[in-house]
Parts: sequence; C-alpha cells; structure tokens
Amino acid sequence: MTPSPASPAPTAPSVAAPAAAAPALPVQPPQGCPFDPPAEFARLRTEAPLSKISLPDGTEAWLATRYADIRAILGDTRFSSDTTRPGYPLSGMTGGATTEHRGFIRMDPPEHTRLRRMVTREFMVKRVEAMRPEIQRLTDELCDAMEQRAGQEVDLVEALALPVPSLVISLLLGVPYDDHEVFQRLTGTLLSRTVGHEERESARAELRAYLHQLVSAKEAAPGDDILGRLITEQQVPGEITHDDVVAFAGLLLVAGHETTANMIGLSALTLMRDRETADRLRAEPQLIRGAVEELLRFHSIIRNGPRRVATEDIEIAGQLIRAGEGVVAAVPSANRDPEVFADPDALDVCRPNAQHHVAFGYGIHQCLGQALARVELQVVIATLLRRFPQMRPAVPVDEIPFRSDMAIYGCHTLPVTW
Amino acid sequence: MNITLDADKCCAAGQCVLVAPEVFDQRDEDGIVVLLDAAPPADQHDAVREAAAICPAAVIQVHE
Repeated sequence: MTPSPASPAPTAPSVAAPAAAAPALPVQPPQGCPFDPPAEFARLRTEAPLSKISLPDGTEAWLATRYADIRAILGDTRFSSDTTRPGYPLSGMTGGATTEHRGFIRMDPPEHTRLRRMVTREFMVKRVEAMRPEIQRLTDELCDAMEQRAGQEVDLVEALALPVPSLVISLLLGVPYDDHEVFQRLTGTLLSRTVGHEERESARAELRAYLHQLVSAKEAAPGDDILGRLITEQQVPGEITHDDVVAFAGLLLVAGHETTANMIGLSALTLMRDRETADRLRAEPQLIRGAVEELLRFHSIIRNGPRRVATEDIEIAGQLIRAGEGVVAAVPSANRDPEVFADPDALDVCRPNAQHHVAFGYGIHQCLGQALARVELQVVIATLLRRFPQMRPAVPVDEIPFRSDMAIYGCHTLPVTW
Repeated sequence: MNITLDADKCCAAGQCVLVAPEVFDQRDEDGIVVLLDAAPPADQHDAVREAAAICPAAVIQVHE
C-alpha cells in the first residue's frame, strides 16, 4: 500500500521520527467545545502543515491542514480520486470504502466528467431555486407537526433535520418516501467509524440489494425523476448500465441525507446558544444566505477526507509527496485557517469571505448538490428562527451525543423544547 | 474588465451564478457555465472577482 516513510525533501517540515508510529487522524473536538475542530489542527497548520498520519490498517498517509495546501491538492487532478489506484488511502474510510460499484466521486476524468455531467443539470441553481417553494412547504408541514408538541421534549434530528433532506432527495430521485427508514438505517451504519467490518459489509450488501430492486422497478416504469431520466436518456441508449444507475442512486441517496441533516442540527443548536446572532437573523432575514455560508464554514461536517492519491511526485508547500502516497485533506482545519479567515473560531454571519470555505470540497469533485443543500439550509434555518424563537436544548449541551464516531459530524439526537 | 472562460473544465458547481447572476448562467442541458456579459459594468466587478476566486475548477479568468 502506501510506501513509507518517504525521504524528506530538503525543505520538509519536521515530522515524527521514522521509528515512532505516526498519530491517527484527529477526530475529537476539544473538551467542552463540541463546535470546534480537533485542537491538534491548529498546531499542525503552524508546525507541520503536511504531516504523516497512521490509518487503521497501519498504512500511512499525508494529512494536509492548511487552506492553501488543501485547495492546491484538491484542485490538482494529478491527485487522483480513483479508489482502485495503488496507494489510495482507503483504510478508515466509511461509506465509500469499496472499490467495486464505485460512483463517479471515486473516479478521475474523463470517466468522472462523463458521468457527473449526466446529473449536473438536476442540481443547477435555477432548477433548485424552482424547488424552493416545495422545500418551504415540506418544512412548514413538519413544523406544524412539531408545534403540536409544544412543552414536550422533541428530537429535532428526527422531527425536522433528517426528514427535510430525506423527503427532498426521495422526491428528486423518485424513491418512495416510505422506504426512508431502510436507507437511513443502512447509511447510518455505513457512515459509522465504529461499526465492525462484518456489520458494515452486511449493511452494504443490504443497501445494494435495496437499490438494485429500486432501479429494476424504475426500469419497468421510469418516472419523471432523476432515476427515471437516467434510465430513459442514458441506460436505454447504452451510455451506462443498470449497475451504473444503482451506483448513482446510492451516491445521491447517501450524499443527500446525512450531510444536510447534520448541518441543520448543528446550525439550529448553534443559533439556540447564540441569541444575539439568532435575533439579528430574525430582524434581518436577508442575511440568511451569508449566514448559511458561515455555518457551513464554521461546522465543516466532513471529518474523514476528502482523500486522494498522488499519481506523480508533487511538491506542496515545499513538501514532496511521492507518486503512490495518499493524502487526507482536513476540511475543518482549512476552514479555520487564520491565514484566510480572520478570527476563524468566531461565528460571524456577515463574514465577507465566508463563501471561500471548502466545506463542499474544492476542485472538479466539489459537491454536486451544493445549491440544493444551500436552499434547504436557508429555508429550514430561517423557518425555525421565525416559528420557534423560544426553542432551546432540553438537556445540557454536554449530554448531547455528538457524532465524533462518524465520518460526518453532527448530533445523533438533539433534544429540544420551547 | 474582460472575462474569458475555460468551460471544458467547468464542473457545474454553480457558485458563479450564486455570486454574479447578471454575468454568469448555467446551460439548461448540463449546468455548464454560460457567460452572459464578457465585459460587465463596474458595479459587477467585485462579484466577478469573487466568482473567479471561489470557482472550484478555476474556469473563470478575469483580465483587468
């Protein structure tokens, strides 16, 4: 797998002595600061912006922690996303750790470009903006149901944060919403860092069987939805296979669920604890777009990548990364880099360059569904602020189960009351 | 200000449309960037520079 240790380049920053095993990827937030990335990142950015980490199988990869370096790596296609390439740092990856039936996010151009462009129009800004009223309607219905439970303890994840993106992506893909419990359970298992190999493989097989059945049903009766269009416009003329449609379905379902749901939960909790900002957003609702960018930067929920493998020797910030070596990009560290974001640990909903964040990644693999995620977050957060101004956590914050065990950070549950 | 695009590299993230909708659009068939105004007026310049800075595929070149 990953050759190591590499011969240090003349300008290499000091890294751990070759005899000592490299540390693991930092994942725990500082004690009492659940919204902050692991404190180790701040030291690494200054002292060793490209350092070696050990992956669970004992192989090593580079960990990039500075904004400029992470943009340089993710923006350079000589750093490959192809999980089948020798040296790709697969160990410790969760949902996408398979090399079989991989979706286009695990591929390089030209295949990546060809497949991604089959679905880009579905998520373009004007298409997503046209869905805003429907997203608002779904959100209002869920809020109506919550209002009936005033004075009780409600899990905001279950009542709102998860159903909104789940309903929206089900609608877009043409998946029966009644199936949501199946794929929520399975994607939860797949994205966990702590489930065992057997449980994960069994969940992967079950999800695959479910998706296979779903796509077969769609082939028999393709509807006016993303899967239906992929079948009639791409699969029928022979551009892609049944298995490719299954891979699209799996990728879009998983990506469309957990990410936005966790951003909703964390954002709602942050604003319950920051009354001044919440009041300001209520008084000036036009600030919501910038606020969502800042919340994306601040929370940076992707905690296990993105990952790449170098296809040739490449120097990044004076450090030579050799062909065949893996790289893990620490998105939460980039988004708190003081070289780019002034006072980076502060939440500032009027931060002028908030949208420079790399919460959606960077380069040609940057999140396909980002316009949709933005509209969902804008609608849900603005609606919560307006309709539930008195909402507060129902338990002390240190009793909220945060997801440092998952590839996507957030709250497992978020008990609230009002 | 004069803008050129390398649309072959575009990954249809749509950030330019969010930042400078009077200058950039996405084509209906695949979301790839379309330039609406290659020489936009001064009041658009900041937005265009921002779009170029955040474009994930470095598609937008601004000549000033």
